[in-house]
Amino acid sequence: MTDLLYARAQMGLSLAFHIVFAAAGVALPVLMVLSDWKQRRTGDADYRKLSQKLAKGTAILFAVGAVSGTVLSFELGLLWPEFMGQYGEVIGLPFSLEGVAFFTEAIFLGIYLYGRERVSPGLHLFSGVMVAVSGAASAFFVTLVNVFMNDPSGFVATPHGPTDIEPLKAMFSPGWLTQTSHVLLSCYQASAFAMAGIHAFVLLRHPGSAFHRKALSVALPLACVTALLQPVVGDLSAKHVAKAQPVKLAAMEGQFETERGAPLRVGGLPDVETGTVSHALDIPKGLSILAFGDPNAEVKGLNEFPRDTWPPVAKVHVAFQVMVGTGSAMALLALVTLGYRWRRKAWPSGRKMMWAWLVSGPLGLVALEAGWLVTEWGRQPWIVRGVMRTADAVTPVPHLAAPFWTFTVVYVFLGVVVVALLKRQVADTLPDREPKGPDAKGGGAHVH
Amino acid sequence: MSTDAVLGFVLAGTFVLYALFGGADFGGGVWDLLSFGPRKAEQRALIARAMGPVWEVNHIWLIVGVVLLFAGFPRAFAALSVALHVPLTLLLLGIVFRGAAFTFRTYDMRGDAAQRQWGLVFSGASIVAPLLLGMCVGAVVSGSIRVEGRVVVSGFFASWLSPFSWAVGVLALALFAFLAAVFLTHEASGAELREDFRKRALGAGVAVFIAALVVLLLAREGAPRVWEGLSRSPFALALHGATGVAAVTAFALLWTRRFQWARLAAALQAGLIVLGWAASQYPYLVVPDVTLQGAAASPAAQRLLLIALAVGALTVIPSIALLFRVFRPRPEGASTGDSGH
Repeated sequence: MTDLLYARAQMGLSLAFHIVFAAAGVALPVLMVLSDWKQRRTGDADYRKLSQKLAKGTAILFAVGAVSGTVLSFELGLLWPEFMGQYGEVIGLPFSLEGVAFFTEAIFLGIYLYGRERVSPGLHLFSGVMVAVSGAASAFFVTLVNVFMNDPSGFVATPHGPTDIEPLKAMFSPGWLTQTSHVLLSCYQASAFAMAGIHAFVLLRHPGSAFHRKALSVALPLACVTALLQPVVGDLSAKHVAKAQPVKLAAMEGQFETERGAPLRVGGLPDVETGTVSHALDIPKGLSILAFGDPNAEVKGLNEFPRDTWPPVAKVHVAFQVMVGTGSAMALLALVTLGYRWRRKAWPSGRKMMWAWLVSGPLGLVALEAGWLVTEWGRQPWIVRGVMRTADAVTPVPHLAAPFWTFTVVYVFLGVVVVALLKRQVADTLPDREPKGPDAKGGGAHVH
Repeated sequence: MSTDAVLGFVLAGTFVLYALFGGADFGGGVWDLLSFGPRKAEQRALIARAMGPVWEVNHIWLIVGVVLLFAGFPRAFAALSVALHVPLTLLLLGIVFRGAAFTFRTYDMRGDAAQRQWGLVFSGASIVAPLLLGMCVGAVVSGSIRVEGRVVVSGFFASWLSPFSWAVGVLALALFAFLAAVFLTHEASGAELREDFRKRALGAGVAVFIAALVVLLLAREGAPRVWEGLSRSPFALALHGATGVAAVTAFALLWTRRFQWARLAAALQAGLIVLGWAASQYPYLVVPDVTLQGAAASPAAQRLLLIALAVGALTVIPSIALLFRVFRPRPEGASTGDSGH
């Protein structure tokens, strides 16, 4: 592997790792505040316990998200010094606002987590709301940087770097609204599905646990609403890509030749040598309709563009299929669940539905990672599309294999530990653990 | 005043805040490792209690500094990221292990052995990280990072592994340990525990003095610009003089057990040391090839950055004030409400 590839791998690894914790940091506070609010309304102690459990989960995930985010802010320079040296000032504004939002999130999370006994219930709930709001703001601002990289604006490119910089214009580069909405929804969706999956798992073993049934009732509405909104927003996002980044769209869809009435290729594996997609299910005129709203619209193919500006077609296509496939499965489950809720006036509790939610638990995270891969691979070979190539931005520092493998080992280790810790937090709420004695009540017999 | 200079000043201010809050936080980890005596467990519990709600906030000052650097002075950020790739990567590993281990220790429910292991990782990383941070500062100020055009030509190791850089690393470590000990005298709820940290603060104060002296002696060879500024510029001399006065005052106040005031003097001392560093290398961001002006972003970008900073200050400062108010140490006997619920 070349140093460029190691640098990309390290950046990819760091982001793929961080993104999970970042999504949890955005969404768990919302679920935590929702259960606080339910507790205030119903006076039900189970909701208080749920919010305390969620707060512990948030504390663990947020801490790992905070340190892995610190790593990323340095890695921008450690791996891509030319990118930051030239474009740091163009994208400095959203990054600094993201810093402000993150700061606010950390401050109020501190008050929320450690202040339950120290501040009034009103201030406590307010802190939770502030955590949720600033978490969303922080994801919003950082996504704006990615929007800029995909569709840069607000400067004039010269061989010596950007001039005539307009940071506000750069901050709101074309497509910002759809991409930020898509990302924010995915954070809520991924976290709500993961939480629903965990509680469905417990309920399959202990169907009588009231606590886990209530927890599921907090996760399901958010999971269902986001799963149904996401295809709509995703479609808008794809329509923007079709207009603004035709190469990326062509790679996503495996479209090699320019054609009118292009079919939608479901699944399959593109082969760049032959320019075909094997094993795909073609839906006639599907792509033209989806991308441009017209069955006879022309879709540009990869062959319109110089070969050295193609993204890795097979990877982008497969990642896109995974995202759309998991997204569709989640939307379907959401429809069935909401239908059940509407007819029976209660959230589903049967074994079949619990199995469906258990199996779907990881799908939100899978879709989140796949979608992120689509946007990053799909932008290659550019770090700033059309302006700076990834290969021209990479650091001159040699032996990049060393930091890559080091961070790989560290992140795998941290991932395993976090899963083990969360597992124990969940195990602590199992019905057969509860009546052990007065000491074990309320969980968390140790510090917190 | 040009936007370069204003942003440069804000950057220095950010590093002062990071040294005070992040530094004390690192220092807490040092004392966790060095806890001993009959009140060993109480010492560790006090450190964990004081750090718990604020450690994440304390370290965001570093991110603010990094963002300010790449948004306001992108060329300097690029040059430093290349020249200091190795120590910064190691520093990041330290930061990751430290934060993760501190949190895991808090939430690991498997009992004492697991907690001890996480504690060891946390406190070990608390020693390594400040050392590396100081070594990076030493490299920046020493003049051994050379940049031609946009290319770093001085290699990836020599600048931060010089004796001078090592000495700055040790100074940073001693300073952070000193700050933490002084702050903990104020946080401690019992007289005996307070006395434990008073002794540690006095010891660390002596270590700071020795390390500063060594840095000064090595500066003549290792950082000629600093040495020159020190011996010639009256402003720098006045700044270092004030640092000395603050240091002696902090020591005297600790000696006479006026902990409230000692805290203030120690913070002043640490802040002045960081400002002294900044003043000694002004107008350079990376001595001797990158200046504030040479690395500056366009005026439009810098102006918007200053506006964003103002918005940020209006949001963050009241929130931090609230945070520290909520978790201020309580009078004896009333401080048990926050843990073990």
